[in-house]
Amino acid sequence: MAVEHPVTTPSGDQTRIHNIGYRSYDGPRLGRAYARRSLYSQSLRGAYGLGRSVKSKVLPMLLFVVMCVPAAIMVAVAVATKAKELPLDYTRYAIVMQAVISLYVASQAPQSVSRDLRFKTVPLYFSRPIETADYVRAKFAALASALFILTAAPLLVLYVGALLAKLDFADQTEGFAQGLVSVALLSLLFAGLGLVIAAVTPRRGFGIAAVIAVLTISYGAVSTLQAIADAQGSTGAIPWIGLFSPVTLIDGVQSAFLGASSAAPGGIGPSNGEGAVYVLVCLGLIAACYGLLMRRYKKVGL
Amino acid sequence: MVRVTIVEDVTVIATESLSKRFPRVTALDRLSVDVGPGVTGLVGANGAGKSTLIKILLGLSPATEGRAEVLGLDVATKGAAIRERVGYMPEHDCLPPDVSATEFVVHMARMSGLPPTAARERTADTLRHVGLYEERYRPIGGYSTGMKQRVKLAQALVHDPQLVLLDEPTNGLDPVGRDEMLGLIRRIHTDFGISVLVTSHLLGELERTCDHVVVVDGGKLLRSSATTDFTQTTTTLAIEVTDTDEHPDGTRAAREALRARGVEVLDAASGLPGAGHVLLLTAQGEDTYDVVRDVVADLGLGLVRMEQRRHHISEVFHDSDEQRKEAVGHGS
Repeated sequence: MAVEHPVTTPSGDQTRIHNIGYRSYDGPRLGRAYARRSLYSQSLRGAYGLGRSVKSKVLPMLLFVVMCVPAAIMVAVAVATKAKELPLDYTRYAIVMQAVISLYVASQAPQSVSRDLRFKTVPLYFSRPIETADYVRAKFAALASALFILTAAPLLVLYVGALLAKLDFADQTEGFAQGLVSVALLSLLFAGLGLVIAAVTPRRGFGIAAVIAVLTISYGAVSTLQAIADAQGSTGAIPWIGLFSPVTLIDGVQSAFLGASSAAPGGIGPSNGEGAVYVLVCLGLIAACYGLLMRRYKKVGL
Repeated sequence: MVRVTIVEDVTVIATESLSKRFPRVTALDRLSVDVGPGVTGLVGANGAGKSTLIKILLGLSPATEGRAEVLGLDVATKGAAIRERVGYMPEHDCLPPDVSATEFVVHMARMSGLPPTAARERTADTLRHVGLYEERYRPIGGYSTGMKQRVKLAQALVHDPQLVLLDEPTNGLDPVGRDEMLGLIRRIHTDFGISVLVTSHLLGELERTCDHVVVVDGGKLLRSSATTDFTQTTTTLAIEVTDTDEHPDGTRAAREALRARGVEVLDAASGLPGAGHVLLLTAQGEDTYDVVRDVVADLGLGLVRMEQRRHHISEVFHDSDEQRKEAVGHGS
């Protein structure tokens, strides 16, 4: 029987390469806050598919374009027709485009958290200096920022366009600022809801379906009930019903305090007193989402 | 190199009657053990408390009672500082398939606090040291199990820790991959100067890699000693011989002849796998190999195989059970 000699070439090759030697690291270690920032920027980039495969860039980029194109068209129309004002209020834009925003949350919230759960990367994060709260805050902030970029970019297009069309500067600036506050609130709320739902399941598909279901079904149910209330003349109930879906919640807040006209049937927005309830519910929901995420990740750990 | 000498001076891991109780099970039961620098094996059956111990050592799970220190830092209060200086390689899969090894390890380096440039340099170095070359730019999803294990190891080493905790690093690897991984683990200490705590349920493979082996069972410390102590008692040879016309039952003939020469042959009834066709004998040094060769040649049998058996942890338990029984016997 022939004696098998080990193949010498690759092992010799490896020895040569390994002999470059190990260098230890004496440089700075930037600790927890830096690690949290790194996770934030990685997640934010990931929300637009940057640093990921070409395939995962398609949807977020497409949705971003879809968000901005109507704004560009409106600006073009306003400039061409020399209109006195923009066809759509700054605050109304996100409400009209809510389906696109929902789709974005549904696709990117699971991408952000379900992947870490599914591929069990979470334990690797917690074996590093960061704590549960750092992970949750970084992910929350990253998705909220991504949503803010998505919703604020078309407003910027509108604002720049409005100035080019030489519309009233003070008017437009006030509207733009109100719009920014409104979409900032919307971004926080949607990011929180999306992450809480997505963090429950390691399955991305379930996450996507669940987020879409919660955002659209609640809106459908609420606007149907509002329409019925309107038809039956019980207009006092309309603002209270609006508390039960994220979109109408934001709509209520901005029509009470940010000078928006309500998208609810009959244009009946909450009064200032009711508006305060809207703001409280909205902030309460955001806080509750943060609390639930913390509880969820306390359990996941290693 | 300065750091290495510092490491030599301290106890890397020290636990003092460390206990962890869950509502229904006791995962760790008053475990007191000191681990010095070097490669230390932590052996125990599944559910022996190995993973629980690692979680406590990383400061992620509070102990029910007792205390533990890692690199001189208390796990109860200095968790973050410990995790900055310690690397951890989990037992399970933990790699996202759609990113490349380079991107993933760079990200993990930054999560350990390394500035961006250093993170990239250290990633390239570390991936080369664990033996990943051109494939490091491809998505991890297409890697073999062996390559994935190397990426997992790289992310544990990338921040140049003083200690790495490796949870079952040879799991799922074929014999060649296993040997390569064990060689790599050895080098983590000898070449990189990093202390290693490696868990396994196979004592045999740890014997060859570790300086020191700690055996736990049911959350209790069963044994903690230098590897040489284990090797003396546990080297077992498996041999298999052919039958000939002269000896229709070659296995029995060989067994009897070996016993006649004073070699301890385990009975077929010892319950070890393959004991029916394979002779298992305890090797007393190099001479035993010669004795086997001579006996088989004298009988005119064909020697199909002769190999060192990897020990299963149950044998250690088996031994200690017997010792325990003896002790009880003496006591009564």
